[in-house]
Amino acid sequence: MSKWNRRRVLKGMVRGVGVTVALPLLDYFLNGNGTAMAQGAPMPVRFGTWGYGLGGTGKLFVPEQTGQNYALPEELSSWAPIQDDVNLFTNGHAFPDASPNRNHYTGWVVSRTGIAPAAGSGTSETIDLTVAKKIGGATRFTNLTATATADARDTYSYYNSSTPNAPEWSPLSFYKRLFGIDFQDPNADEFEQDPQVIARRSVLSGIMDQERSLMNTVGVADRERLDQYFTGLRQLELQFEQRLTKPEPIASCAPPGRAPVDVAMDQSTESIKLRHQMMAELMAMAVACDQTRVFNMTYSAAFASTIRPGYDKPHHTCTHEEPVHEELGYQENASYFTRRAMESWVDFVEVFKKIPEGDGTLLDNVLILGTTDVGYARTHSVDGMSVFLAGRAGGKVKTGNHIDLNGGSVAQVGFTALRTMGVDTPSWGTLSNESSEVISDVLV
Amino acid sequence: MGRSIQMFEQCFSSAFRPIAKGVKSAMGLLALCALVACSPPDPEPESAGTHALTKLITAEQYSNSLSYIFGPGIDAQVQFAPVARNEGLLANSLATAGVSGGQVQTIQSVASSVAKQVVDVENRQHLVACRPESIDGPDNACATQFVSKVGRLLFRRALSDDEIATYVEYASAAALELDGKESEDEELDGFYAGLQVVLEGLLLHPEVLFIMESAEPDPNNSEQLRLDAYSLASRLSFFLWNASPDDELLAAAESGDLQSPGGVERAVDRMLESPRLVDGMRAFFDDMLIFDEFKTLSKDPTIYPQFTSVTAQDAREQTLRTIIDHTLNQGKDYRDLFTSRSTYMSPALAILYGVPAQPGWTPYTFTDDSPRAGLLTQVSFLALTSHPGRSSVTLRGMALRERLLCQTVPEPPPGIDFSVVTNPDADYPTQRLRVAAHLETPSCAGCHRITDLIGLSLEQFDGAGGYRLTENGATIDATGALDGIEFDGAIGLGEALSQNPELPRCLVRRVYSYATGGPPESDARLALNYFNEEFAAQGYQLRNLLRTIALSNAFSLIKTSPSEE
Repeated sequence: MSKWNRRRVLKGMVRGVGVTVALPLLDYFLNGNGTAMAQGAPMPVRFGTWGYGLGGTGKLFVPEQTGQNYALPEELSSWAPIQDDVNLFTNGHAFPDASPNRNHYTGWVVSRTGIAPAAGSGTSETIDLTVAKKIGGATRFTNLTATATADARDTYSYYNSSTPNAPEWSPLSFYKRLFGIDFQDPNADEFEQDPQVIARRSVLSGIMDQERSLMNTVGVADRERLDQYFTGLRQLELQFEQRLTKPEPIASCAPPGRAPVDVAMDQSTESIKLRHQMMAELMAMAVACDQTRVFNMTYSAAFASTIRPGYDKPHHTCTHEEPVHEELGYQENASYFTRRAMESWVDFVEVFKKIPEGDGTLLDNVLILGTTDVGYARTHSVDGMSVFLAGRAGGKVKTGNHIDLNGGSVAQVGFTALRTMGVDTPSWGTLSNESSEVISDVLV
Repeated sequence: MGRSIQMFEQCFSSAFRPIAKGVKSAMGLLALCALVACSPPDPEPESAGTHALTKLITAEQYSNSLSYIFGPGIDAQVQFAPVARNEGLLANSLATAGVSGGQVQTIQSVASSVAKQVVDVENRQHLVACRPESIDGPDNACATQFVSKVGRLLFRRALSDDEIATYVEYASAAALELDGKESEDEELDGFYAGLQVVLEGLLLHPEVLFIMESAEPDPNNSEQLRLDAYSLASRLSFFLWNASPDDELLAAAESGDLQSPGGVERAVDRMLESPRLVDGMRAFFDDMLIFDEFKTLSKDPTIYPQFTSVTAQDAREQTLRTIIDHTLNQGKDYRDLFTSRSTYMSPALAILYGVPAQPGWTPYTFTDDSPRAGLLTQVSFLALTSHPGRSSVTLRGMALRERLLCQTVPEPPPGIDFSVVTNPDADYPTQRLRVAAHLETPSCAGCHRITDLIGLSLEQFDGAGGYRLTENGATIDATGALDGIEFDGAIGLGEALSQNPELPRCLVRRVYSYATGGPPESDARLALNYFNEEFAAQGYQLRNLLRTIALSNAFSLIKTSPSEE
């Protein structure tokens, strides 16, 4: 154990406490794009993802026409209010290449990493966290992740194969984390530094001073894990710094006045819809209040266990076992589940659309990537897959299109999103999923 | 000599236990196997041990440790990111699990809450052993006492003088700065505010959150490594107690007593008699039986209105109480858990079981003519391995093989044409008829034959675990088979399972994995064989198995070679 630098003990302690002042914005509140939060300045572009399980039902899901103003097929009929705000990509492929096609895994992993997972291995860093490295350092939370399923295992966001980005699963605890005691309302008249935060920051600095000596006590693989932990400590230190700084006012920030009441813990479509709506509203307001610039929402897991009350099979089992309806020609209940998922996707996009920001809405300044794990639900195929992109990314994206990927990799959409968000990489993904061309049809 | 007689009696009773009606074959062979297993055990074979690991502490271990250090009145509930299950156990992934930034924030929040509770006016008198000269400012002597005592228990080692001095200096500086200031509408007392900030930092420290094992040369063999004393203490403690070592165990590590002749035996025997062993074994069986699924288990209320969230909680509790009483309190044969009619009952469960309700938890014995005996007929197993709206013969069969016999049921191949099992005639009333396609279609039968024949024998229990004789008006045929042994119904399945030689072997494998932090590597085969033989020779008693493993070289020696991929 190396001796600590004791000068750090007093670091921070000498600052005045209990003052009521407006402090200047710290340097790292200004990101590389120069998008400060001052009134009148351009709003930062934020990035989000939304995920659901089990794709759709072929022609019921895929529009016949491409381009603008396409006729919405049955399973997308709920999209009418947001059709012009979303780009729909269909007929994509998640190429397994030499890796096995892992049911309910390969599809979404390729959509979010561009890499087909090998047998027995997990996912690499997902797109949201790649973007967070670029734009997530300026806010209280580098990213926020939530699930509507009430299951803390349901996430499509991973730091690496062994570190899932655990989601918030309770609207109440999500509210407390976002707008509880540690929330600094940017529009509050007065600002007072918490003296305990200054002391906390000082002790934290002391712990971080031990990084090097601890790293020397473990092997290479464990060093990466410790490094990840110390990165978390640095983020915490940043949070402390922010709590000691008066935030700039944000006109669109209007946090909820009271805590929500958690809905029942069941998996019924009604409970999940309600939970999803509550989480989505909290998430969007957190974005509006610049608490985060990267966000993820899970509507349902790839092995979706959503149930239709009175029907004995959950969504995933239903796609396997439900007979094709003789008259309708498709799995009626499986399609029911898909339609409910699409309704919640609409809910998600609309909460961003309802928050005014600048001359438009919050949706104008976000880009949301929507993914699933399969194409045709009944066969669990990883071709015929769909991907969505909602929002105009600060005017960089034109929306309302249906694009046929013609059997190309779904990773093309992710690559387009990455480049739009300013991640300067010449390509994304590996082997057949490697993408190096953006989909220019949706870019301004 | 005494032990030999005891062993003989145990072996005799184990090998010749009565076999239920309905079990048609192979029992004689199994009895012979049991006799062979009862030959006097050999000494432990030479072992290379396992690897020294850096394991992420679990949320339960963190909470348990704080509860033992500061008392059960401290609320230290925390949720960590779920880890992936690896070869049957979540515990096998802790040596690779990372901590995300969001997780660090969550832990900081809990650390802050715990530290505040410890120095609260109501608690400080008994949780801070010394009294400062003044509560309004620093008191380095008292702060030193607090930091060295609490830090040692949290870090699972004694802190160096330099470390203690640094933390005391932080406490002193914070005491000066914070005294008299307001925080959350309360005026801070300088001394305790300083301790609070330092304790919060300690609770967030990487050496608290990561269990970092270190090795040292084995004095008995200069070419061999072993866990150092502190690491051995931690490995023992998290294995048996699911919590950090207590003061006595750390003292044994510090003094050298733990690794002196007879030292580890004394420590292990004390730990096996401690009430903390119950918490430890509940955590193990929670992991082995995949009871983390209970966090999200729910049933369709329109189909199973009697199954509520309380039912789910009680179902888990019933099984854990049954296991702890059977294995630790009664010291009975592990295999009999699958045939025993003794359990515990709660009012919420009594509704589902259709038995008289008593307030609270009470011991309960199913009658001889009851269709229920053993863990397989408890609501926990039946409901967890069903869908929200119906039972599943495949899930139940798969759970028995994977959780209790350590076997792997392959995933269905991708791209399969599910239409071959999509029965267009939805009017078939029973599961047996509906899954017939699985067993008659060659591409499906290979895997489904090893699961569905097990699950079909549990079909007299619905998706919530309730008993039924008919499904959609048709009488349920509950015949089934397990590895060539045929039977009719759940009682027969429990008997067949209890006689299956893989049942105790699976427990041994899981306990050893859990104890050492990872799936056994190929060179652990001899050690596992030794544990299996000892387990059999000692009457399949869990406490004896724990002792054998905890005292083995395979537990405490450390490999010098890199790990297998």
